[in-house]
Amino acid sequence: MEAFAAILSEHWPRYLAGTWLTIQLVVISAILGVLLAVPVALARLSANPGLRGLATGYSLFFRGTPLLVQIFLIYFGLGQFGLVRSSFLWPFLREAYVCALITFVLNTAAYSAEVIRGGILAVPKGEIEAARSCGMSTFTAYRLVILPRAFSIALPAYSNEVIILMKGTALASTITLMELMGQAQLISSRTYQPIQVFVIAGVIYYALTLIITRIFGLLEARFNRYQRLAR
Amino acid sequence: MNKLARLAAALGLAALAAIPAAAQDKIKVGTEAAYAPFAWVLPSGELTGFDIDVTKALCAQMGAECEIVNQSFDGLIPALNAKKIDAIIASMSITEERQQAIDFAGPYYHVPAAFIAAKDAGIELTPEGLDGKFVGVQRGTTMANYVEQSFPDARVQVYDTLEAANLDLASGRVDLVFADSVVLQEFLKSPDGASFAVVGDPVYATDILGTGAGIGVRKGDTALKEKFDAALAAIIASGEYKTINDKYIPVDILPK
Amino acid sequence: MENLTPYLPLLLQGLRMTLLLAVSTLVVGLALGMTLALAKLSRHAWLSRPVYAVTDLLRGIPEFLILLVIYFGGTQALGRFGIEIGPFAAGLTALSLVFGSYASETFRAAFQSVPKGQTEAGRAYGFTRWQCFRLIELPQIWKVAIPGLGNLWQGAVKDTSLVSIVGLDDLMRKSNQAAQATREPFTFYLVASLMFLAITLVSMAVLAWLERRASRGLPGR
Repeated sequence: MEAFAAILSEHWPRYLAGTWLTIQLVVISAILGVLLAVPVALARLSANPGLRGLATGYSLFFRGTPLLVQIFLIYFGLGQFGLVRSSFLWPFLREAYVCALITFVLNTAAYSAEVIRGGILAVPKGEIEAARSCGMSTFTAYRLVILPRAFSIALPAYSNEVIILMKGTALASTITLMELMGQAQLISSRTYQPIQVFVIAGVIYYALTLIITRIFGLLEARFNRYQRLAR
Repeated sequence: MNKLARLAAALGLAALAAIPAAAQDKIKVGTEAAYAPFAWVLPSGELTGFDIDVTKALCAQMGAECEIVNQSFDGLIPALNAKKIDAIIASMSITEERQQAIDFAGPYYHVPAAFIAAKDAGIELTPEGLDGKFVGVQRGTTMANYVEQSFPDARVQVYDTLEAANLDLASGRVDLVFADSVVLQEFLKSPDGASFAVVGDPVYATDILGTGAGIGVRKGDTALKEKFDAALAAIIASGEYKTINDKYIPVDILPK
Repeated sequence: MENLTPYLPLLLQGLRMTLLLAVSTLVVGLALGMTLALAKLSRHAWLSRPVYAVTDLLRGIPEFLILLVIYFGGTQALGRFGIEIGPFAAGLTALSLVFGSYASETFRAAFQSVPKGQTEAGRAYGFTRWQCFRLIELPQIWKVAIPGLGNLWQGAVKDTSLVSIVGLDDLMRKSNQAAQATREPFTFYLVASLMFLAITLVSMAVLAWLERRASRGLPGR
């Protein structure tokens, strides 16, 4: 027990800094990921075979390969090419933070697109027919009826995806980012007490999971309250 | 001799023969094979390098059967303490901090550390010169501590392996890499390392970087420590150490 | 690109190790998941509540973290009995625990989807509880559970790449070694991605076949 207290009292700033970076990665990746996921979901459902094929290929690649490979591919892989290094993108791509965000956004967007696609397909046909019979164009129907409904259907499954995203941020430590896992590995290599150090990190991660679950619980209550109220 | 005496002599000889066989114990030696020319992996998957050959020589000298375990560097000390491995021969520097956790036999070599950077970078090795510069180091090594303490304004980037750090040096993500000078020479000799060079003087800083690479053993495992020390002295005296040294490294790295 | 060919045998060795770990995880994980699901469905709160708590915890922290805790801690606990916890054992334990935790939810939902009336009918015919389970419930849960389990399998295959960080010579580790030795990370990580993608596509085909088989004889197919 004293080992835990000793580690915490000496290294709590590191744990705090790591947790903050983890939260940043999760929030930014989730927001950008959803923004990317909606067009991808629509493309996956598109009548245009080229668009559909492109989206399906992207989705298959990012859902069918490990996140770790994707991280290394983007961080180390892109850095290999002189063309990339001399381009205007380099000041961004040289930053591990940017590379990690790019990878997480591409990854979570692929999974989120599936969730949103499932949501869109689950929108009751009657509501879509009603929207069309009101004279709405496809675009307006999507904007006012289909997408909002799809989101509230997809919300529980999406909250799962955010938790998986958060767990994925732990891999950012492999490309020098000092988020929670990276800090824990550093503390572990200084104190030679890996178990205690990682258990503390585990507790923090679980706390973050509970917070995310709670936030989405509140969101679900807000967006699906008509289900509770319409008795 | 009468029958009884011959029987006793035979039994005595058999017992003598059995002793080395009993001493044929198994030692698991942990290393990290991402550190040429000390330890690296050939395309065939075989481990090779100075550390590997020294390990084999020491074990042959001790009459023990050694199994070399390739794992991550910063997991070596916990693995040793958890009895996953019995010794560490992985170019691990003997430092006061590490000696609180484990004991060391040796040192079995001593080389300084060095900074490398792009040839035309014009970086000055002073706290001001390194202000804001990115320095790549390997996780869990003494080099990380040295940079943090001597150049507090430098930005330290921590990598799982030194080769990963060199990859980022080549791509320009870090301005310098600080590591073992001999290992860095390997990189400088390679085609990708051609545009890089050592910056400043080699760094000994024994208070932070340690007094040379030692053979890690568990605290209190004096039996194994003494066996290694004796074997090390033997292979140095017999010239086998020098043969291995010359095979991999152009300079003499015996501890002074 | 020329550097790829000499390293190809090495990568294939890694691929074999990846598949070995993934299949082992599947076997252990399925057994564990089934057991935990039955515990969750138990009438006894002293059994179901702790199982819910533990599986929630295991699903809420990174697999990478679980792996490191088991890798560093496993031997500390079991080392005195002389049991070795190498990277494969640590990886198998960590991944099976995660697989089993998620699978317990999949199985639980599947069991709850079997209409209670069928079990009641079985009991009325004199089936024992075990016979009801084996003859009525078990055959029917597979249709419901296979899509979820299929996802978990895909996840397990990808999670094996984490064990490379603790030294297992899987496809990821071999790719790392090749990439760092040749300084061509893009080449080797792309090849590794394609190999994983191949596993994914084959798995998808097998899962589709399994789903069709599990749905045979049922209305609506």
